[in-house]
Amino acid sequence: MSDAALHPGAMAVRAPVDYNMAVVRKFTIAAMFWGVVAFLVGVYLAAELSWPALNLGYSFTNFGRLRPVHTSAAIFAFGGSALFGTSFYVVQRTCRARLWGGEALADFVFWGYQFFIVMAALSYVMGFSQSQEYAEPEWHLDVFLTLVWVAYAAIFLGTLLKREESHIYVANWFYLAFILTIAVLHIVNNMAVPVSIYMAKSYSVYSGVQNALIQWWYGHNAVGFFLTAGFLGMMYYFIPKQANRPVYSYRLSVVHFWALSFTYIWAGPHHLHYTSLPDWTQTLGMVFSVILWMPSWGGMINGLMTLSGAWDKLRTDPALRFSVTAVGFYGMSTFEGPMMSIRDVNALSHYTDWTIGHVHSGALGWVAFISFGAIYYMVPLLWNRSGLYSTKLVAWHYWIATLGIVFYITAMWVAGIMQGLMWRAYDQFGFLQYSFVESVSAMHPYYVIRMLGGVMFLTGALIMVFNLVMTVRSPSTDTKAARDDGAALPAGLAVAGE
Amino acid sequence: MFIRQEWIERNAILLLVMTLITISVGGIVEIVPLFTIETTVEHVKGVRPYSPLEELGRDIYVREGCYLCHSQQIRALKDEVERYGHYSLAAESMYDHPFQWGSKRTGPDLARVGGKYSNDWQYAHLINPRALVPESLMPTYAFLAETPADLDTVAMRMRDLRRVGVPYTDEQIANARADAEAQANPQADPAELAKRYPKAVQASGDGRVVTELDALVAYLQVLGTMVDFADTSTEKLQQ
Repeated sequence: MSDAALHPGAMAVRAPVDYNMAVVRKFTIAAMFWGVVAFLVGVYLAAELSWPALNLGYSFTNFGRLRPVHTSAAIFAFGGSALFGTSFYVVQRTCRARLWGGEALADFVFWGYQFFIVMAALSYVMGFSQSQEYAEPEWHLDVFLTLVWVAYAAIFLGTLLKREESHIYVANWFYLAFILTIAVLHIVNNMAVPVSIYMAKSYSVYSGVQNALIQWWYGHNAVGFFLTAGFLGMMYYFIPKQANRPVYSYRLSVVHFWALSFTYIWAGPHHLHYTSLPDWTQTLGMVFSVILWMPSWGGMINGLMTLSGAWDKLRTDPALRFSVTAVGFYGMSTFEGPMMSIRDVNALSHYTDWTIGHVHSGALGWVAFISFGAIYYMVPLLWNRSGLYSTKLVAWHYWIATLGIVFYITAMWVAGIMQGLMWRAYDQFGFLQYSFVESVSAMHPYYVIRMLGGVMFLTGALIMVFNLVMTVRSPSTDTKAARDDGAALPAGLAVAGE
Repeated sequence: MFIRQEWIERNAILLLVMTLITISVGGIVEIVPLFTIETTVEHVKGVRPYSPLEELGRDIYVREGCYLCHSQQIRALKDEVERYGHYSLAAESMYDHPFQWGSKRTGPDLARVGGKYSNDWQYAHLINPRALVPESLMPTYAFLAETPADLDTVAMRMRDLRRVGVPYTDEQIANARADAEAQANPQADPAELAKRYPKAVQASGDGRVVTELDALVAYLQVLGTMVDFADTSTEKLQQ
């Protein structure tokens, strides 16, 4: 960490850059909108599992068609919009460069991506789906998304290339790895031949066991690079900003980045333990999943220790509390994941609600919380307001949402382990003790608790929306200085260290 | 180190290339051998492409997202084999585009549901699951009984599957519609159908309109029944 970075006043003040923040504002609004949609659909699905009459008997309200709406809205619409928005924010400020490609290209990425999301959701409820988890959109939407993604990658890389800082800041490495890997995964996993150019129906070029491994190579790295690497980019920029401290260890962030990128890709086969996938592949997947624990915790330590000397801020800044709790949940899920990928643990946990709980401790605790922290930080800056409308409401949001997550994941732990044990239980005569349907009815109370957890998380998000709307409606502090605070504090060096 | 971090983080293109190399290794090492190692898919007798009606039923299974609650993959664990039958073989899903192994069992595994219940049970259960299993969480699929199956495109679908590697013969494609109608109608003579698709189970349609429900039941009834396990042994199933 150079002295100049800690004392920005010591540096010569450079001319302010006219950043494209309009597209960041749009993505921020979209992220909040889709977040609420995703949580709402999730709550409804949880209610369907508690009271199946809520499926209503229509094709388009059935669990099977709505569930991809929930997962796509949470991962791609909410998470994606948060990633696009923050990556554009971070890359401009840490490179001291306006987005490459001009406003029109950035707007194409925004509207193209939103169009993709709406069309994907509509297509699921209308009965178009490839039925590969997290890769449900049919071929024509896949082609369209590829176009949007190439434009996104071009803007991001173009901005890196025209940067005025000599080093590329660590957050951008993670964002770049996310953009690149998702492109590779999306193209390889969605290789399919349409029945006809006029039909939204295609058959994957892969089948059976190869299809299974490619799908989980995709699926697990959608977690690894969409839901992890991208949001680590967020962590590496926004936590130092919120805490006003440099990243704890530059060296650790280098190790974190390369070890995580290399190791994650191998972990996919742990979704296929004891299946018809050959054993050698399962073993490789398991070993690398356990190894993955280390870089993950290295990253967690790097995030948490950034707070050194600034822990008192947690008392006064509830938005920072979101970011720090997110890193805590990241640590928890990245311990739980490797543990569940050990074959003998997986024998119990696979196919049960434990997996659902694990996913949600990551999705709600890590992905959503780190996004909430970043959005609370960005919104006053993006709209030139002196601060948030109410910090008290942020604190309310924090506690309601945290409690909601705790309800959710503990209910799913109990439910999942119980299912696993019931399925393998033998009675005194050596027969299977429970019929399958007995394990189904045993789930009811936990499904109800899970739904209540979801309602709490949704309530928190609605409080956030209200708080942000009121913030934007409060009087502006629009002065040139406020808009270009990056000029006074060159973010690239301020956080990166040398 | 031959390539230094400080070069990489000053050069966006180098960063891009190094990242691409880093993320490629694992995938290549794990995926490519599955296409080249010959024993990955076991050599067993009996696995055949789906009949036209079964394939239409499978497309409905895919469309409705059944995989979100039902797995089609019996793991090699004692309790699973006792509950569901012989553990699943890679060969059994070799014509499945896409595979439907699933990842969650809100409902039971379906890899060997074929023949476990009668046609009548399957129809009644799909129309109203809770009439037969009061604790069930499954949605109702009564609307499938009111929707005609897409017989017009079934030959096109089979031709497309042939393009991705399913060995349908010209004869099978030419007779696609007739075979689908014969399999849906219990009054029809199944001789031709059985010749082209051994072990195909006739659905219990009304003999007038072939519905999506007929197709789905035909598909469910063939699941896991193709392999003749009497003809094979553990050694032969070694991958």
